[in-house]
Amino acid sequence: MVKHILFNILQVLVVMGFSPLAVGVLNCLKEIVQSKRGPSIFQPYRDLRKLFAKDEVVAEESSWIFRVTPYIVFVAPIFVALLIPVLTSYPLFWAFMGDMVGAGFVLALGGFFAALAAVDTANPYGSMGASRTRMVGFLAEPVFLIVFFSVSFVADSTIPYIVQQKWVTPMANFFEPSHILLLVAFIMLILAEKGRIPVDNPSGHFELAMIEESKDLEYSGRGAALMKWGGWMKFFVLMIVFSNVLLTPWGLASTMDWGAILLAILLVMIKILFFILFLVLVESSLAKLRLFRISEFMSAAFVIAVISMLTSVFS
Amino acid sequence: MTYIVNLNALAGGLFIIAAFGILATRQIRACLKLFILQSLLLAASALLLGLSPFSIHLMAVAAINLVTKVFFLPWLLRRLLNEEVYTRREISQAITIPSALLIALVLTIGAYFFSLSWVETASAASAIRINVPIGLAGLLIGALTLTTRREAVSQLLGLLAMENGAFFAGIAIAQGLPLIAELALAFDVLVLIFVAGVLTRAVHERTGSTAVGRLSSLREEPHE
Repeated sequence: MVKHILFNILQVLVVMGFSPLAVGVLNCLKEIVQSKRGPSIFQPYRDLRKLFAKDEVVAEESSWIFRVTPYIVFVAPIFVALLIPVLTSYPLFWAFMGDMVGAGFVLALGGFFAALAAVDTANPYGSMGASRTRMVGFLAEPVFLIVFFSVSFVADSTIPYIVQQKWVTPMANFFEPSHILLLVAFIMLILAEKGRIPVDNPSGHFELAMIEESKDLEYSGRGAALMKWGGWMKFFVLMIVFSNVLLTPWGLASTMDWGAILLAILLVMIKILFFILFLVLVESSLAKLRLFRISEFMSAAFVIAVISMLTSVFS
Repeated sequence: MTYIVNLNALAGGLFIIAAFGILATRQIRACLKLFILQSLLLAASALLLGLSPFSIHLMAVAAINLVTKVFFLPWLLRRLLNEEVYTRREISQAITIPSALLIALVLTIGAYFFSLSWVETASAASAIRINVPIGLAGLLIGALTLTTRREAVSQLLGLLAMENGAFFAGIAIAQGLPLIAELALAFDVLVLIFVAGVLTRAVHERTGSTAVGRLSSLREEPHE
């Protein structure tokens, strides 16, 4: 039991510690693809250190929401990291506290407060970004739910530890059309939810075109650091759910000793690296969609998710 | 043996995604690429089904598909029409893309529903379980593409996607389809593309556009 709790805490530490690295590698690889040299892969850590050392400025007119939001945004992915299989294939201490729907709600709570805080300072760019994020969010919501429905049709459960086992036992489940369609829908969800190309351009610094980034324009110092770190952790958690629960549930520790856990950390990082390579490919070959084309993108994701559910019901 | 069934299921999943892609992609070059992918998956499925109870006919189907639809047909389309047609984006469809996708969803549900009697009688490892509903869905989505698109090339691709869907279902039901029928069909498709391509080219030269939607109104002088 003690070891289970320790491993659970270790999962959180892995998510906290490695999420800036994942973002750093992503940014660096993207620049290399554009034949630039790219920032160091440790640049996000330096950004965090710099921001934590700086003074924080808070607008006088802002309410408590503005002050509380960075902590909520930071804590939400940590809660999710307790619920999902990051390193082990057996359920840990917190595994049955919430299922994938619960994890989705906790992540959405962070997004909700981030949107409120963006409106709170009455910065025009902030509320524009918030309303756009909500637009993407409510288009993504039905897709999320349908994905969970189709997961529960296949696995009779939405607890990630159980779902993870069902895709590979028997192996035929892995190749089912419903699984493939589910993966495609979930990738589209991750792209929309984390504001990557083609939904939003994360490296763009033009306020009028921003969706995701403009929400934390008003933050400085520690607040900005927590918002940024929370965003990276959310991204990392989504990648973990995709690679450990849906796509490749292999390579996780199945025994209780520390050696297996350390090996699992390495293997998970390799999986994440492959996912990042895929993202780099997507981001350097597609263009950002116009704002009102996003509904087309999300309706495609929705239709794919519904067909995934359909194929699992009919077969 | 099981890995053949597994890979066939994988091909089926990707096949239906490609069908949706052809319906929803605006850029005509991307549409053509998705069609090539779909044909490749069809060939792969035919090859896999031809392997497990060994069938030279299905192998031949795979080979014919690979040669005509993956290599020769795209080359022909590229040769017949100039590059400008392919870089074009189709702005106005008969119905918007989200509603077309929703209709396609209903069609897919219909396809699964209609093929229920086949699927229920088939054994769990049989390819019918995958190929018939997905092929039928591909056929219906192709027909939808044909009706919603207003550019000549993407309409043509819708027609070909329909044909792909029919084949995808057919290879699982009729294992011993005579080779001569296959060959005739393959050449039929080629002749069709040739004629349609030449026609499109002529229309393009005369009017400077390949938008079929404009052909509905009669006009004496060429449209600018």
